[in-house]
Amino acid sequence: MNIAVLIKQTPDTAELPKISVEEARSGELRATMVLNPWDEFAVEEAIDLSYRFGCKTTAVSMGRAGETDALKHALAMGVENALLVDEEVAGGGDEWAAADALAAAVTRVGEEGDVELVLTGKMSVDGNSGVIYAGVACKLGWDLLVNVTRIVDIADGKLIAEQAFEGGQETVEVPMPVVISVAKEINEPRYPSFMGIRKASRAAIPVLGSADIHVAASSTARWTDLEKPEVEQVQVRIIEGDSVEEKAARLADVLMAEKVI
Amino acid sequence: MTILVWIEQNDGQAVSNCWELLAKARALGQELDTEVAALLIGSDVEEAAQQAFAYGAGRVLAATDSSLARFRLQPFVEIAEQAVERTGAVAFLANASIRGGVLAATVACRQNAGIAASATDLWVEDGKLVAARVIYSGNIRARIQFESHLAVASVRPRSFPMPEASERTGTVETLDATLNEDDIRQKITDFRAAEAGEISLTDAHIIVSGGRGVAADPQKGFELVGELAQTLGAALGASRAAVDAGYIPYKHQVGQTGKTVKPDLYVACGISGAIQHLAGMGNSKIIVAVNKDPNAPIFERAKYGIVDDLFTTVPALTAEFSKRLK
Repeated sequence: MNIAVLIKQTPDTAELPKISVEEARSGELRATMVLNPWDEFAVEEAIDLSYRFGCKTTAVSMGRAGETDALKHALAMGVENALLVDEEVAGGGDEWAAADALAAAVTRVGEEGDVELVLTGKMSVDGNSGVIYAGVACKLGWDLLVNVTRIVDIADGKLIAEQAFEGGQETVEVPMPVVISVAKEINEPRYPSFMGIRKASRAAIPVLGSADIHVAASSTARWTDLEKPEVEQVQVRIIEGDSVEEKAARLADVLMAEKVI
Repeated sequence: MTILVWIEQNDGQAVSNCWELLAKARALGQELDTEVAALLIGSDVEEAAQQAFAYGAGRVLAATDSSLARFRLQPFVEIAEQAVERTGAVAFLANASIRGGVLAATVACRQNAGIAASATDLWVEDGKLVAARVIYSGNIRARIQFESHLAVASVRPRSFPMPEASERTGTVETLDATLNEDDIRQKITDFRAAEAGEISLTDAHIIVSGGRGVAADPQKGFELVGELAQTLGAALGASRAAVDAGYIPYKHQVGQTGKTVKPDLYVACGISGAIQHLAGMGNSKIIVAVNKDPNAPIFERAKYGIVDDLFTTVPALTAEFSKRLK
């Protein structure tokens, strides 16, 4: 059994506030690019499962030619193989075109039909949609589990997992193949080892382009009028008082007056 | 033509922010001259279905079957698509919960429809529905223009005001559950509901959060923060620093790698206000900061602040509000 872990190269979260409308529109970001933090959990889980169940792991990322830093990070963490899908495959289309291209890439990993498990993070810190994995499951015709906090077992063609939602937690059994988006609680991602980084830096990463994958054009929604949300300028009012009791009473006064309590 | 709204429910109890969305859909429907239908899927949804009429649905469709007692994507998508078809829906809306998000995305992909995931606003332009959402973790806002016949959106809780229920009732239309239990691939073998009475962060009107400022005595610190939350009927939140340090479980985390919240009142106790935290709570109506450090960045976003030790200030606030809210 092979595992494909879908990852994205995204801006360093500390630099997100600096991204301008022009950069967002053109996609030409000046920010330091890293492995999407949510995807680190998916990479870690893939590595962990490879030890538990003896499976092969491949990281798959869609991006521009040469955008391989995130893939190299995954390799340095311990994923065996990496595959870049040139974003031209999706033809500048929408999420469903991207999902289609990624689904096609998943079927190209190893021998046909090798991949029985696709792992992804919760969402990307740039697009914030969390819909790509739903699209990939849909295009592959596979089952989907989301917000998975633990993979309990894989046996007899079935996977048992725990997933959380707002109202609680449940244990689910699902036949393979399956797409899983993982939650932050699932593990503690490792740091790449020095040896891993050295090995990854020398890795040649194969690229799938539009000569290899054909997807139907899809443009179901357009993102327009990008703008920086206005941050309301508030001048803080420091509540003074001779004692904490006095400060507490004054704060209670203003909050009651604001009618938020 | 219909705007179809999925009403999420647990054991027959509707998720209340779905009513915010239903009321908004009703206003949009008046502008678009379309009817608004609510969709309920579950094993016992009669009460919630009647509530949907009271909160503004013109039509209510329900699929009721024991196989639908718990959310599972395969049968829920099948029924949602049946409802889209039956009503000739031009829009399918869900709350942006974990389940609502994945249901909306899957319906959109299967219907080849455009999606606005975690939308923050919906409005009408030139007779068409338009959505807003934020990208780059809240740092860029985008307008989403749908190019498909069906528009799909999952909408963040508390994006619209909670409506008043009317006395209206109606006759619920039945949708057939076409899949029986043997056809459903996923089996739920165990289910553990969240603690009763626990207020979810995304639904909360008030949130009281603790951060690294509790470090001197984390257990005591979160006990005090928790008591203030309980007194105010608030949800309990935390910064990433507090979660990473193991003071409190991850489900309480607010911020970029935690939950995005929008309460009326956010009380940050001992939270410095890193940009990653502000990304998750910066849209709160009123932010109150309690911090020993007058230079903490949280004071740049707070409307009210107390510069003092949280170990003395928080219990004083609890005592004060206990008196006033008696």
